[in-house]
Amino acid sequence: MKFRWRRRHIGELIVKIIMYFSFACVVGSLALILWTVLYKGLPALTWSMITQTPKGGFYLGKEGGILNAIIGSLFMAVGGTIIALIFSLPLALYLETYINASRFGHWVRLSLDVLWGIPSIVYGAFGFTIMLALGMRASLLGGIVVLALLEFPIMTRAIDEVIRRMPGELEQASLALGSTKLEVATRVVIRQMLPGIVTAILLAFGRGIGDAASVLFVAGYTDRIPTSLMSPAASLPLAVYFQLGTPFPEVQQRAYASALILTIIVLVISFGSRFLSTRLGKYTVK
Amino acid sequence: MNSTAQSASEGHLFRSSQAYRQTQEKNARRALFVIALLPTALIVAVTLALLARAWPILQQYSLWELLTSTTWKPMKGQFGFLPFIAGTFWVTVVGVGLAVPPCIFTALYLSEYASNATRATIKPMLDVLAAIPSVVYGVWGVLAIVPFVGNVIRPALSKWFGFIPLFASNQPTGYGILSGGIVLAVMIAPFIIAVTYEVLRTVPEGWRQASLGLGATRWQTVRHVLFRQTLPGMIASVVFGTSRAFGETMAVLMVVGNVPQLPTSIFDSAYPLPALIANNYGEMMSIKLYDAALLCAALVLLVIVLVFNIASTLVLQRILRRSWA
Repeated sequence: MKFRWRRRHIGELIVKIIMYFSFACVVGSLALILWTVLYKGLPALTWSMITQTPKGGFYLGKEGGILNAIIGSLFMAVGGTIIALIFSLPLALYLETYINASRFGHWVRLSLDVLWGIPSIVYGAFGFTIMLALGMRASLLGGIVVLALLEFPIMTRAIDEVIRRMPGELEQASLALGSTKLEVATRVVIRQMLPGIVTAILLAFGRGIGDAASVLFVAGYTDRIPTSLMSPAASLPLAVYFQLGTPFPEVQQRAYASALILTIIVLVISFGSRFLSTRLGKYTVK
Repeated sequence: MNSTAQSASEGHLFRSSQAYRQTQEKNARRALFVIALLPTALIVAVTLALLARAWPILQQYSLWELLTSTTWKPMKGQFGFLPFIAGTFWVTVVGVGLAVPPCIFTALYLSEYASNATRATIKPMLDVLAAIPSVVYGVWGVLAIVPFVGNVIRPALSKWFGFIPLFASNQPTGYGILSGGIVLAVMIAPFIIAVTYEVLRTVPEGWRQASLGLGATRWQTVRHVLFRQTLPGMIASVVFGTSRAFGETMAVLMVVGNVPQLPTSIFDSAYPLPALIANNYGEMMSIKLYDAALLCAALVLLVIVLVFNIASTLVLQRILRRSWA
């Protein structure tokens, strides 16, 4: 039969064009962001940026780097991720093995999703009120705790989504052998789902390290590398923000370079987690 | 695998006595139940803590007064949130309005048209887009979007459509609602695409095949079969994106101009609620009632987001769990 153009084919064509166009817009804006950050950041990126702390007059365009912010950010994000992990891994396992399809399970998932949606600035304000109530000053500890709060729902839901794909037979097989649910969770589910769990943890870590609004109130900002949990700590996103806010072009250049460093860290985590999850995948039952 | 060696090494962790294992199980169940209460407790705690800190100002002024007054002069004790609520509203509406059509079409493309290879390359790229920190979006906005809006879109639109108040150009820079909206649109795009995609994938493959087998084009299938089933889910995904947009702080703060006024045009500067909180945390302890006002702003933001979030999550949970057997 010979093909004949009809109205519906024209509709199909128009929609296809719109689709390709919107697809190009979305992918193009991603490319544009990466290109802008690279193009502006790369020329300003020097070795001393990442190996030195700010010297006197750094914010006027003099010597120094942002090592304080890099270290501060890493401390905060690692600390926050560890604390979040302590709560979210058990909770995700509990959701999966104990209360999966129950009313309570749905309720917990709903509240986690709602928590995920709370803006980070609100977490920051909340952390701030708690610290005022406890009489604490802005410190590394405050940053860690607030990032843990921020990461907790993200990590739990991500791990939950992962272990939902757990093959039911494995679970049933170990239950049939007489193991308790706790043993199933800790020895079978974790081992089988390790690749996905690692990916979920790194996802939360990436969110934590990139978040500025939450640590704005609670972590303070300093030019020194934090030495104790109680000392204030700088962070990379805030370093970008503050440097961009100065009127000096040299300092603004550094803001671009700092943004590039932050982007590289996040991208490395993002791709690293993909790589890791395929590597760890060899210990699982197919 | 050498399972004997392994179980021997773990033997001291899990003694095999039946009673011991049963107690362990019982204790674990209790501890885990407590952990499972944490998320709900945290939501309540955040709300109550903010409410407690905002209480002084809520006692002095009525909530209605705060929400509808337009003057923001903390030094004189005048706290009107309306400009900030309006700012949040405008930026969000522009951002979501710009984001939704391309996102729905992109999700449709990925779910219905794209080959498996395209899907496999694009989905991770969207994850990357979602992982980029908001400050980086802000830098991008300052470097690329603000000049573009200021030098290209603003002159062009106000020249041709300047008689419409919405497109009038009242200030000479690109720092304004439109820039904030564009940055926001790009930021929430990965979320909307991902959720819409998930919703579309819940429709059974057989339905598509049936429709295509009857001779419908793909677009006809989408319109008559998919849309009918997934419309609530798509609306929920948009609402989900909207609630993300409300709370976005840094990126918007950097490009939106931060002038507390009631905007009338998309080129006006605005001052969203999160930006208000973030910009003034430094001096808020020195002026009377200022901290209460800012935490009240945080509370208002939280309540708006909670309402949007709970609504969209309830719909999405129902849809993503549904199975058409």
